Amino acid sequence: MQAKKGINRRGLLTAGLAMGGAALSARAASAGGDPAILEVQDWNRYLGDGVQARPYGTPSQFEAHVVRRDVEWLTASTESSVNFTPLHDLDGIITPNGLCFERHHAGIAEIDPAQHRLMINGLVEKPLVFTMQDLMRFPRVNRVYFLECAANSGMEWRGSQLNGCQYTHGMVHCVMYTGVPLKTVLEEAGLKTNARWVLPEGADAAMMTRSVPIEKALDDCLIAFKMNGEALRPEQGYPLRLVVPGWEGNMWVKWLRRIEVGDQPWQQREETSKYTDLLANGTARRFTWLMEVKSVITSPSPQLPVAHGKGPLVISGLAWSGNGTIKRVDVTTDGGRNWKTARLDGPSLPKALHRFYLDIDWDGSELLIQSRAMDEHGFVQPTKDELRLARGENSIYHNNGIQTWHVKADGTVENVEVA
Amino acid sequence: MSKSLKLAAALAVTVAAFAAPFLLAGQRTAVAEEPAAAGAPFAPHQPGAFGLGREATPEEVAAWDIDIRPDGTGLPEGRGTVAEGDELFQEQCAVCHGVFGEGAGRYPVLAGGLDSLTNERPEKTIGSYWPYLSTVYDYIRRAMPFGNAHSLSDDQIYALTAYLLYLNDVVTDEEFELSKANFADIHLPNEGNFIPDDRQEEAHYAADAEPCMSACTPEPVKIVMHARILDVTPGSIDDEEGAGAGSVD
Repeated sequence: MQAKKGINRRGLLTAGLAMGGAALSARAASAGGDPAILEVQDWNRYLGDGVQARPYGTPSQFEAHVVRRDVEWLTASTESSVNFTPLHDLDGIITPNGLCFERHHAGIAEIDPAQHRLMINGLVEKPLVFTMQDLMRFPRVNRVYFLECAANSGMEWRGSQLNGCQYTHGMVHCVMYTGVPLKTVLEEAGLKTNARWVLPEGADAAMMTRSVPIEKALDDCLIAFKMNGEALRPEQGYPLRLVVPGWEGNMWVKWLRRIEVGDQPWQQREETSKYTDLLANGTARRFTWLMEVKSVITSPSPQLPVAHGKGPLVISGLAWSGNGTIKRVDVTTDGGRNWKTARLDGPSLPKALHRFYLDIDWDGSELLIQSRAMDEHGFVQPTKDELRLARGENSIYHNNGIQTWHVKADGTVENVEVA
Repeated sequence: MSKSLKLAAALAVTVAAFAAPFLLAGQRTAVAEEPAAAGAPFAPHQPGAFGLGREATPEEVAAWDIDIRPDGTGLPEGRGTVAEGDELFQEQCAVCHGVFGEGAGRYPVLAGGLDSLTNERPEKTIGSYWPYLSTVYDYIRRAMPFGNAHSLSDDQIYALTAYLLYLNDVVTDEEFELSKANFADIHLPNEGNFIPDDRQEEAHYAADAEPCMSACTPEPVKIVMHARILDVTPGSIDDEEGAGAGSVD
């Protein structure tokens, strides 16, 4: 029940204090020493499970709190809804498959791959139908990309609202895809000279469609069937999804069954009534595909308070840009008055998540921590106020503003805005 | 060449090459090459070179290719009136969208909201926001009713679309009949208010300044807003106080 509803704040604090208590006892054990050392533990005496007890491995029972969570009031039904990646509990740049956030418009289609087909039609020399087996015979590639929902951080346009980076920033994930370049499959059908757009379409009950310009389709889009080495999860589009690197997640059509080639955009529901950005003057931007430079501190954050008191503190977070690689991330502990350049660690791949760290010696005083990313083309993550000045507060989508966490003296953390 | 000039140059090249004002990615400097080798397996190839897949039959294409464009391309033969649509709407749609398209719960509002787009809480309906009528027909045909898609006839969808035009005061006659013949003549009020993506020209990007590293504010920074005040965090003890504001779609 707790996992479904989300962990409450009191529960989080208890968990945090329990961890802190364990850490303290390890450091300052009384008479004789630490029972964790002095006493023989069950796992130190008895045999554990054998090799086939867990044919598909799952996380330790002590990691049961690391789950996707949703916000029930956000949407009318769970079948057309979203849940969030627990960014605060993760490290590195790769998101485990079972923790990648979900966004469906008609629930999770459960598709038998033997019954799945991909059709290419429209402005092509010959309309084609492929089985999954056919697709596996094209030359394939491996690429690591982030996928961010255009509405990630969308609930924060009018001010700080949700207390946790899982909720404020958790509509992003990053995995390695294996698939066939879309270009290869389009060329197999033969593009006519007036081909300007493609329309990928899903096989689910929403039949998701988006118009994608042909330049992007021929640039770096993939038709993917694996994520992190294994088959796509059903909730991520099994058996086939489109990968549209650096562009908004809605375009990465899941359960991909058809790609039409045309000479004009189709003006589908998800690119007119939705995924258009209403500005303060009543006009709206459309075809706002690119996900801009962005970052967030994942630890400490409201769901992951500082439980160890003053001393060494690892501030860590994620940065990404649809433009390419992240060049630099700066971190402030005083609300943006003074900044230090953080350390990027791990692979730096274009259009993928980047991991950063700032290792500090915390004196136990209150902190206002923020991160600010800069990408390889020099785009710098703006403040929320700069975005509001340019766009108003009704855009819903594309909020890449700088996030502030207030770390209090007791180690608890709160989502705030500063000026 | 300054970065902003490069940006302008990149924009110009992009617009000229693609005849559509967008960027594949923000490009202030040369685009980095993809890290992996583009080798022989990925060189451009002739249609059918791999010999994979088979030709789709016309019946197969017709079964799946049901999309409709604003110019009416893709519309099936058929017709339906406002009055017919009213009856169908009450049976099939009102449980979620309300008797007059006003929406039930958090399900989408389909009518009303005219002149609300600059309000603090805009209502983005077919009449107030959607640019094209074709999207209404297309979306009902592919995804509605929610949970029972592909159960309506082409005539029924014309009737429902006609009723939605009536609810939004685009047509005022209950006897109005929408058909393939008159469909593309109808324009929605907000069609002209959509603009291309010009985010890269916003002041915070256009300035293209090296970010400030020290003494960036004259005074110490103060907290001006707490999440706690608007506490809508799921699972928090005051959940009962009601839903927060916002939407993901």
